Amino acid sequence: MNVKDRLRFALQALRGASLRTFLMLIAMAIGVASVIILTSLGEGARRYVVGEFASLGTNLLIVLPGRNETTGGAPPMLSETPRDLTLDDAMALLRSRHVRLVAPINVGASAISYGGLDRDAVIMGATASLLPVRHMQLAQGHFLPEMDVERAAPVCVIGAKIRDELFAGKPALGEWVRIGDRRFRVIGVLVAGGESMGTNTDELVVIPVGSAQQLFNTATLFRILVEVKTREEIPAAQQEVIDILRKRHDGEEDVTVITQDAILATFDRILTALTYTVAGIGAISLLVAGILIMNVMLVAVAQRTGEIGLLKAVGATGGQVLSLFLIEAILLSLLGGMIGLVLGGFGAWLIHQFYPMLPTMPPVWAVLSALLVAIATGMIFGALPARRAARLDPVQSLSRR
Amino acid sequence: MNDTPIIHLEHLDRVFQVGDQQVHALNDVTLDIAQGDYLSLMGPSGSGKSTLLHIIGLLDRPSNGHYLLEGKETTLYSDNEQARLRREHIGFVFQFFHLIPRLTAAQNIELPLILAGVPPEQRIPRVERVLKAFGIADRAHHRPEQLSGGQRQRVAIGRAMVSEPKVLLADEPTGNLDRASGREVITLLEELNGRGITLIIVTHDPELGQRARRQLHLVDGRIVSDRARAV
Repeated sequence: MNVKDRLRFALQALRGASLRTFLMLIAMAIGVASVIILTSLGEGARRYVVGEFASLGTNLLIVLPGRNETTGGAPPMLSETPRDLTLDDAMALLRSRHVRLVAPINVGASAISYGGLDRDAVIMGATASLLPVRHMQLAQGHFLPEMDVERAAPVCVIGAKIRDELFAGKPALGEWVRIGDRRFRVIGVLVAGGESMGTNTDELVVIPVGSAQQLFNTATLFRILVEVKTREEIPAAQQEVIDILRKRHDGEEDVTVITQDAILATFDRILTALTYTVAGIGAISLLVAGILIMNVMLVAVAQRTGEIGLLKAVGATGGQVLSLFLIEAILLSLLGGMIGLVLGGFGAWLIHQFYPMLPTMPPVWAVLSALLVAIATGMIFGALPARRAARLDPVQSLSRR
Repeated sequence: MNDTPIIHLEHLDRVFQVGDQQVHALNDVTLDIAQGDYLSLMGPSGSGKSTLLHIIGLLDRPSNGHYLLEGKETTLYSDNEQARLRREHIGFVFQFFHLIPRLTAAQNIELPLILAGVPPEQRIPRVERVLKAFGIADRAHHRPEQLSGGQRQRVAIGRAMVSEPKVLLADEPTGNLDRASGREVITLLEELNGRGITLIIVTHDPELGQRARRQLHLVDGRIVSDRARAV
């Protein structure tokens, strides 16, 4: 009995019970499709986050005030209130030969108004270096000018949405807006849809860091962004930044320096784990489909007892009967798996249409393993019914009708 | 026809365990059947006639005794070897036809050849020859449900004959047919016997049983009479 004949026989058997076959195909297809869609989502989220970090800037160090110990341990006995990060600290970092650019950042919220309109906005104090360090882009005008960092120049760069809401189509460049109790001239507008680290720059207002210090009446910086010259120098630069700041803070290491790489790697790990988790959840539906296949095949064996008896009477060996039922189960799961692939691919594409920023491509490993698991499911869960069929006593099977 | 019987049964027992009781379906049956003979097995229900047929057809194994098919001891054969013997030497015809409903008449007839691994180009002419010989060529692509009872049984006989066996076993072949179709089927079977095939029919029907050249009566698993046809 050759392979083609076996396949044909199994296909005829599947077609003979078309409703049952159809339901089984749906169950398997849903299982495979859910694995594909869920992993696509997980993988899409991972790629999205990694992409966001890449857009944040390359070779980036982020300096935060305060020491972040994640290793636990008892809190120190002596008070360790961190010293503020100041503009002088930031400028001192430029002394490191590994550092190319330093962008001190100060953040606060305030109302911004023009004419009769006003709204709340996130106000970011920054320097000219912010633009290259964070890879921001301008739609109009120019960014903060190169100048003494302490200088509180009355200029601002606004996000596209702020411009639309306050100026409603009228030209914004050169106009004076009021932020808090001060007046600033609009010198630039950021490109619409700009995003970094999940913060939409459309509702951002950037003013010189000196102005922000006066506006919010504080000398403390929120962050210092440091761009390192090359990727290889990142560890050395990180150490130097810590050393410089420790010297300036009376020998106390009260800052945290995180590398973009470290954050990226962490997120990558978390999201990869997430993808595996959702793949596992999808695999549960594959398992359910497998059990359904077993159930259906058992019913098929019971219904076709007479047929099995006949096959044996006309000379089929137990092995032949086994292979016929096994092939039937594998065909079911393989066909269902392929339908599931198409469905899953379509689902992923659909999600991408609704959330274009999510690159929902099913990862190759998920596609392959979903198909393999589908086939294996058919084999494993088809084995028991097929064995039962192979072992049926022909005399008893023939007497049943 | 040579002297060695095609079927030789010696002190055959078949014991079933039913609950905590042992039932002797066959009790010390010894029987020789010559090549080309025409045999009927008769007896009341539960007399063991079907069990005997199943053992001769290698679908069942005796509990004790010997069964020689063409001089070869079959009781020592494995299941797979017995399947091969069934495929090559034995054809079955059943009361309820046992056609596979989703397959056409031609496909049902082709089935034993597929199982035997006969290549397709050889199968097709053999199936066509059988369809023609049994007068069902015009029904070749009909499924069993589209055939009359007589036609179904002819397809079943075609299936039994397609691998050209030496022994044809029929278990109540007319039991599910009207008189006219039943007579047709019997005529067909007797024609096959006339061409040299060994025919064994199990039946309740005395009229049918008395047509056979050799008539065996079983009661409680024993052969109680073995006579030739009254002329």
